Amino acid sequence: MSETTDVIKGHAGLGKKVRGKVISAHDGFSARYDLDRIKGVFSRPQHKLYGQSYVDKILVLNIAKGGVASAWMLHQMQSMDKAPKAILFNYVNPVIAQGAALAGITLMDRFGCDITEVLKTGDEVELDPELGEVRILSRASG
Amino acid sequence: MKLSKFEEEMLAGKHGEPRRFALEQQIKVGGFFDAERFVEVAQVHLMADSEATGPAGVELLERFVGHGPTDCRAMVPTVTDPCSVDAHVCDSMKQPPHAKEYEDRIAAAFDAMGIMRTSTCINYQTILPPLKGEHVAFGDTGSVIYANSVCGARSNFEGGSAALWASLTGRVPAYGYHKDEVRLGKQHFRLAFQPNNWTDWGAIGALVGKRMTSYWDVPVISGIEAAPTSDDLKHFGAALASFGSTPMFHIVGVTPEAPTLADAFGGPVPDSVVIDRAMMNTFFDSYNQESRIDLVVFSAPQLSLFELRKLADLLGGRKVADGVRVFATTSPEVANAARRVGILDRITASGAVVVEGTCFYQMYAREIGQANGWSRIATNSAKLSNIISGYGYDPVLLPMDRCIETALKGQLA
Repeated sequence: MSETTDVIKGHAGLGKKVRGKVISAHDGFSARYDLDRIKGVFSRPQHKLYGQSYVDKILVLNIAKGGVASAWMLHQMQSMDKAPKAILFNYVNPVIAQGAALAGITLMDRFGCDITEVLKTGDEVELDPELGEVRILSRASG
Repeated sequence: MKLSKFEEEMLAGKHGEPRRFALEQQIKVGGFFDAERFVEVAQVHLMADSEATGPAGVELLERFVGHGPTDCRAMVPTVTDPCSVDAHVCDSMKQPPHAKEYEDRIAAAFDAMGIMRTSTCINYQTILPPLKGEHVAFGDTGSVIYANSVCGARSNFEGGSAALWASLTGRVPAYGYHKDEVRLGKQHFRLAFQPNNWTDWGAIGALVGKRMTSYWDVPVISGIEAAPTSDDLKHFGAALASFGSTPMFHIVGVTPEAPTLADAFGGPVPDSVVIDRAMMNTFFDSYNQESRIDLVVFSAPQLSLFELRKLADLLGGRKVADGVRVFATTSPEVANAARRVGILDRITASGAVVVEGTCFYQMYAREIGQANGWSRIATNSAKLSNIISGYGYDPVLLPMDRCIETALKGQLA
């Protein structure tokens, strides 16, 4: 890992300050369409994160897709300790915001860049949603 | 957000803990999307199937009910999206044992809260379509996109819990599709062919939906030569919302906020992306064409009476092949109508099963697939084909007539 202190600015978000490891792809997200919520992995074969665990990770994706169920599902996933630690999308939709608010999952979007290009799987970041800041603590090697 | 005196009272807990909690959640989301105020809603459509709520959602509903009827009653008329269980087929479909228990608990909570259990995603066809300019809080992507686009009503996606908050407070944060400027077209698509059936409409919805850049992107469709039906736009909107998380579209000369291209965009008209038949055929070909089929499913959205009638006509009294199960889902109201006029009997006589008040993917699709050994599924719904692969199925998208021939033959027709 290489040390760094880059800061990315986004819109003010929801939830508390958190720190964690990134899992990232330029793809969409729906809890109902894409996840095996029991196992805590992406289960849609076409998804770029297919087979990978999102549990306790900083989930970095492009946009929210699909249905309204994610609002309840994020709440249920959090109650089972099977939720991501935070969600960073280029653009979320209301459903993701509603679900994150209920579940207490940290959420940010609307960065001045493509967040999926800047943050890569394995990077370590610290999020301050109140300030709308993502601090890159270290980069994944390779 | 600027709050009215009544909203301040709710936030202070003067109207009970459920309403205080609900308004607090709405303020968080409203703040996130820069809403400046609330807007009152005329009706709420609430999604709370137990496959989505899980036990945590069931317990939340029961906690609210525990505060007593004064504090937890719906403030505005509230109807529900499909649930996860039709008690008539729960056992034969091998749904998990907890499914009915959770649904019964949700039903009891809804009854206590004065929430009307309509169990339908086509409330805009069967219950009370909203009117142009009416603010509502709808909780199914298909019902939201239809209400915004075809009815001219105003709603964001109010995901299950958020629709519950709207029911308790009678209002939603005024951002997104409650505002004029957000509803204007952003991208222009020109159809170079005319769709022939509901599946074509769904495929076009998928092709456009895949090109949407976010929830805030609004497609404008030109090139439609004849007025579509409600079921056409139901399939188009449901697929568009499913593939693109898109809550609104315009069809020039058809939908109420798009009498002309200029009206749809509220200004200069951007260059169009052409959607032609070859693109649609490529989309159909992208599905696995292997001949083996376990299931044929008509669902997502629930079928209208007209769709059920066509299904009965296409079956024509013939029997479904051994080894293939056929399901069609519809609302309790439509099922009763179909029963009354003889359509239901014509369908079930073929061996197909009409499931009431639920939708296939909401029925614990992963668990019933594993319990029954189902994986290969044919459907005429682009939306269902999009959702169901995440539940471990391998879908193929076919128009209704080919789905029926597949069901009768026992393999892909």
